[in-house]
Amino acid sequence: MMMADSGSSEEVAVIGNTDITSTESENNIINTMVERGTALLKKMEINVAEAEKRTGKNTVNMQETYTVYLIETRPVEAVPEGGTPAAPDMLWRRYSEFELLRTYLLVTYPFIVIPPLPEKRAEFVWHKLSADNLDPDFVERRRVGLENFLLRVASHPLLSNDKIFFLFLTEEKGWRDAVLETGFQDKVDSRLKSLSAMFRVKNPDKRFTALKQYSDELNAVISQLLRVRAKVADRLYGVYKVHGNYGRVFSEWSAIEKEMGDGLQSAGHHMDTYAASIDDILEEEEHYADQLKEYLFYTDAVRSVCKKHELLQYELEMVAQDLAYKKQQREELATGTVRVFSLKGMTSKLFGQESQEQRESRLAALEQSIQEGEETVKEKNAECQEFVRTAWKDIERFKEQKDQDLREALISYAIMQISMCKKGIQVWSNAKECFNKM
Amino acid sequence: SSIPTKERTLLNKRVPVLGVFSLVQNTSLADGGPMPNSPSSLVNQYRLEEEEEQPGADAKDFFITVDNPESHVTAIETFIMYRVVTKTTRSEFDSSEYEVRRRYQDFLWLRGRLEESHPTLIVHPLPEKFVMKGMVERFNDGFIETRRKALHRFLNKISEHPVLSYSQHFKVFLTAQELTSHRKQGPGFLSRMGETVRAVANSVRGLRSRPEEFSVMQEYVDHFSTKICSVDKVTQRIIKEQREYLDELRQYGPTYTQWAELEEDLAEPLKGVADCVERCSQETEEQIQQLSEVLVPALHEYVLCAETLKAVMRRRDNIQAEFEAKNEALASRKADQDAEEVDGLAERVEVANTTLKEDWSRWQKAMRTDLRSALISTTEKNVDYYEKVSLAMVCSQ
Repeated sequence: MMMADSGSSEEVAVIGNTDITSTESENNIINTMVERGTALLKKMEINVAEAEKRTGKNTVNMQETYTVYLIETRPVEAVPEGGTPAAPDMLWRRYSEFELLRTYLLVTYPFIVIPPLPEKRAEFVWHKLSADNLDPDFVERRRVGLENFLLRVASHPLLSNDKIFFLFLTEEKGWRDAVLETGFQDKVDSRLKSLSAMFRVKNPDKRFTALKQYSDELNAVISQLLRVRAKVADRLYGVYKVHGNYGRVFSEWSAIEKEMGDGLQSAGHHMDTYAASIDDILEEEEHYADQLKEYLFYTDAVRSVCKKHELLQYELEMVAQDLAYKKQQREELATGTVRVFSLKGMTSKLFGQESQEQRESRLAALEQSIQEGEETVKEKNAECQEFVRTAWKDIERFKEQKDQDLREALISYAIMQISMCKKGIQVWSNAKECFNKM
Repeated sequence: SSIPTKERTLLNKRVPVLGVFSLVQNTSLADGGPMPNSPSSLVNQYRLEEEEEQPGADAKDFFITVDNPESHVTAIETFIMYRVVTKTTRSEFDSSEYEVRRRYQDFLWLRGRLEESHPTLIVHPLPEKFVMKGMVERFNDGFIETRRKALHRFLNKISEHPVLSYSQHFKVFLTAQELTSHRKQGPGFLSRMGETVRAVANSVRGLRSRPEEFSVMQEYVDHFSTKICSVDKVTQRIIKEQREYLDELRQYGPTYTQWAELEEDLAEPLKGVADCVERCSQETEEQIQQLSEVLVPALHEYVLCAETLKAVMRRRDNIQAEFEAKNEALASRKADQDAEEVDGLAERVEVANTTLKEDWSRWQKAMRTDLRSALISTTEKNVDYYEKVSLAMVCSQ
């Protein structure tokens, strides 16, 4: 596990070492999650090990190609000396199933900041990077992202205990039915309403207002950062690759020179090395971009929680307002004064007073309604408060996680850059040696 | 002996006397000095063997600077005058320090006279008359500065040349307050025309047989010309790509700062990255500067040198062609060909070949030194760039 200590950067920042795969920095965050040790993670190891292409018929009976991902789970047990770890359980899932799981979680735990999925389509690409969903590099990065998602859920104190999540990891066939049986889809409409509706809340909770604003601003700034980073990557690629032309020209030039020949030729080789080195460098950087993207998508989850709160608050205000109105009506009916305009009042004025019996029955109905209303307000208020309590707890947890993860991401970005500089120093020092021999 | 004392001293130093090369013109010394005794014996004494070079003998005896460009406006034209300051220990100069003002046309004149007097010596090129692409105004500051540096280099190259630095024209250029009167003397337009006509006539006739070593040289020159142009182009392309990279970097850094403003705990590391990117921008700017001000001018100079070399080879070919033509005429007893004239031309060919050979090895050495130095300077700047950026990154987190 990488520590944030520049002294050990020598060992860590090795590029081109194929033993350390391109998920170096992802692993750091994953290790942190595993260390947070929920009950689930204490007993189970989770990996998204592979990706495979499949073809099949889709819902409109057309042939399609899609990718499936292999989820491996293995019980965490002390492995006996000289023994081999138990074989993992495995099942295959496609991206749409992950989406279904996430929708279930969003609807079932509206007060939790639900971890995001990796992007559906490649965005913020720089020119060489493919925007094709079936491109192997994209699939690989998505595999890592999906593993990350599962580990995030598995390390959440509340989400990790969810039955449906457990079945997702363990039950290949029966899972879909189980999730539909929960009836979560009924709540989907309410969620959509909360996200899209335009309603005015009279007494917004200032903390949530501030959080929503922060989340919107963070979304904007990370989007901008990703956009510009992609352009910078593109340009840097251009600079490095043009140096490859030096390689070719020096080589050709060396053929006509006597004393200068060797020096030019070897300098040319170093230029080729330099030009080639940018590919690995930028691939490393994509992982940094992926970490930023995760938090970009997290802002949507945060916004979603804020909007849910807004909806609850609005509903509370609505029922409270409704109750207040009914109480007013009761007062008017009891005292005979009409302060509030009502059609009934109007018509009775125009068409004559109602009888005493009618009035009393109306009052009784109203009384009933008020009692019910008070119950509703009490319930709604409790619901709201509970939501605020649980949501804010998760938000605090999320903030801490975000600060830690992003800090690590920035450090590993710096280490990447330092490594790139080291390579540059080496190449140009070598080239200088060659020119010295000219 | 009719050899003046100065030239005897030069002979002792094993430095070729100007007189030898004036045989090309077959009249008096092109630079106005008196005729020596036996040309061929002097030719034999002219050797620039590298093993016998004494460090002391090659000590700089000229310190020339070109600076202080000033605009001059007349009724007809606007031009720039440069200040040329010369400090010298050479005995041919009455004083040890001179200051004159010269314009580009004056440099052109000097170079023309030098080439005329020494057709098979490699005379360092001048910066071009005007640059075609990307120039809106002839006289913008960047253009003037580039030109000034190149003119400075030109004079210094001439001053280091064992033959050219003794040229009378060079002396006049460095010392005369008014150059215009001198510019009117010497072989004029008509003589230059004659030269051109002869050259054309010779090229039509074609060369009998070029000595092997000059064929090799010609081939080298052709290839070198292509290669050095390519290196120049690649370098210009790198500059272009670096500029575009720099533009994007300038957007990148501030975005981190914007983000830092939203955060509390994260503000510090984010600001660190922003500062780093800023540092990166500064260093990239310096890289671009180094390329533009050191590597590109050096490469460009040798692009022009390649053209000079081609011209020198052509002139050598013409000298040989002229001799061959007259020689043939003599052999076939046509048109009263004078045998003595043919002898003179034969000598001319030998002198031309020898001087070219010697100057060629001198040029190659200079080329290696100059380009090596420019390329090394580039690698050093790049190493420096990565070291500085690396340090900034370490500090940022």
